[in-house]
Amino acid sequence: MATTSTTVPSAGPLAGSRSLLSRLRDGDEIARLITFLFAASVVLITVMLVYELWQGSALARHRFGLSFLRNSVWDPVFDQFGALPFIYGTVVTSAVALLIAVPLGIGAAIFLAELAPLRLSDTLEFFIDLLAAVPSVIYGLLGIFIIVPLMRQVVQPQLKRFLGFLLLFRGPAFGLGFLTAGVVLAIMIIPYIISVSREILLSVPRDQREAALALGSTRWESTWKVVVPFARTGIIGSIFLALARALGETMAVTMVIGNTPIISSSLLSPGDSIASVIASQFKEATGELYTQSLILLGLVLFLLTFILNGLARVMIVVTSQRGSGMAHP
Amino acid sequence: MNARLRWRKFVSAFMLSMTGICALVAVSALFFILGYLVFHGGASVSWNFFTRLPAPVGETGGGMANAIVGSAKLLFLATLIGVPVGFFGAIYLAEFSGTATAFVVRYAADLLNGVPSIVIGIFAYTLAVLPFKHFSTFAGGFALGLMMIPITLRSTEEFLRSVPVSLREGAMALGASKWKTIATVIVPSAYRGILTTVLLAFARVAGETAPLLFTALGNRFWSPGWRQPTASLPVAIYNYAISPYEDWHRQAWAAGLVLLGLILIVNIVARGILARGIAVSRS
Repeated sequence: MATTSTTVPSAGPLAGSRSLLSRLRDGDEIARLITFLFAASVVLITVMLVYELWQGSALARHRFGLSFLRNSVWDPVFDQFGALPFIYGTVVTSAVALLIAVPLGIGAAIFLAELAPLRLSDTLEFFIDLLAAVPSVIYGLLGIFIIVPLMRQVVQPQLKRFLGFLLLFRGPAFGLGFLTAGVVLAIMIIPYIISVSREILLSVPRDQREAALALGSTRWESTWKVVVPFARTGIIGSIFLALARALGETMAVTMVIGNTPIISSSLLSPGDSIASVIASQFKEATGELYTQSLILLGLVLFLLTFILNGLARVMIVVTSQRGSGMAHP
Repeated sequence: MNARLRWRKFVSAFMLSMTGICALVAVSALFFILGYLVFHGGASVSWNFFTRLPAPVGETGGGMANAIVGSAKLLFLATLIGVPVGFFGAIYLAEFSGTATAFVVRYAADLLNGVPSIVIGIFAYTLAVLPFKHFSTFAGGFALGLMMIPITLRSTEEFLRSVPVSLREGAMALGASKWKTIATVIVPSAYRGILTTVLLAFARVAGETAPLLFTALGNRFWSPGWRQPTASLPVAIYNYAISPYEDWHRQAWAAGLVLLGLILIVNIVARGILARGIAVSRS
């Protein structure tokens, strides 16, 4: 039999050895170019987003500089624009949200990852995923008609009665305000904390638990003193992720915060947040400086969430790699 | 059993049941939300709701036909923009790109995914409203499409990567070129995952309100074509909920029920498709 020297089209790692001409004839180079254009457009869009925010706020940046962040007066009529009341509102509502959502979310994640049988855990996780899919305007709707009246008539009077000596709970109970916005935000971010923390806890190697139990610890002690510390970085990452969501959350907050640029130590006071002031005023903003100040607020919000998301991602990746690295040495 | 051990066991049982209560509270939130929407909005979801235009202020009745059609148009545009970019971008990442390029694209996509929706709204405003000097369906669809891109891209890539290497090698050993392998072997075997991804991205943007506030704006009438402001369900819910009229509140609840129903159904279908796929590949 004569040895034929037909060239066999190579696969996998050898694919690169084919000549450019044959790849071009097969359409590979064209497919590569087309898909590359789509991938590149993602980068282009992101770069343009940052550029537009930067460029669109140029006037306001030059006019106010860094004092924009420190100035607490927001008066469109006299062209006075300071971001402090909105930054304050964003931080306070997010803090209230975390205070409620973190214990609840981590508790639920522990239940799902450590206690519940797999089938129950998967079913509950399914509902949690659906909860995460509920749009924020629906939370706002429930906030206005269910939570605000509840706050005004029941929760806030009680808080004033028993904790009124604190600066946190003074002033009239409007229903609308920082506290209500924080509560609505908490309900919205709990699903994110649960989902991510559950994944992180499930990635903790089994032998960690078994070792703790073998040393005589109770189920709770093995969970709280061994598993949770092992997953700590990732859980903090999930909290950062939820915090980034809370900071950027717009509709639900706009509908229940009261839309008044006030800095008040009382959680019962109405206020405003960065995202919600953009939502409620951007459309009506007249004058270049007014619009640009709102875009500058958008830039501030973008930078805040950008930093938090970056930190969160690193923490989550580090933890899950540590877990899988130990499970398969 | 000494007192200390008994105490430890008590703490264990107590704390573990507390975690159970946390889970119960979290999950029950979903049923509270659904329950309230059905309770307040169920009665107002009628034939008129789907077929009539909003009634003038002060008159009762009327519907949200224009908002439903508006939402459909916006979502159609969003899918037209978001899915191709996400899908082909993912093919590039999974099949063609080197590590450095892939890192840059993924980083950009993750960054875009984390951008608050209101900021996407500002971006779409500067790009699709300012140059044309008017609010439009097109601008709203563009904003929503931008939000779909990173979601589609990242998970499509995951699903493409999970296709076994042996399938690729088999196709290429039979002499198929790379793009033929992708088009006839890799994408078809990952299609369930890709379909799920697209449906979830669709459901995610279907409820977005903030990016539409100053792109699609809103409209009390029909919006012919693509170049005029249009009503949409989420924005209508917002406007009706903050209005002072009792009748509008009723309509807001009804619209909320319709919107949430749509989103939950798409979510459940999407997850069902994926779960079936896993069951098939296991058997």
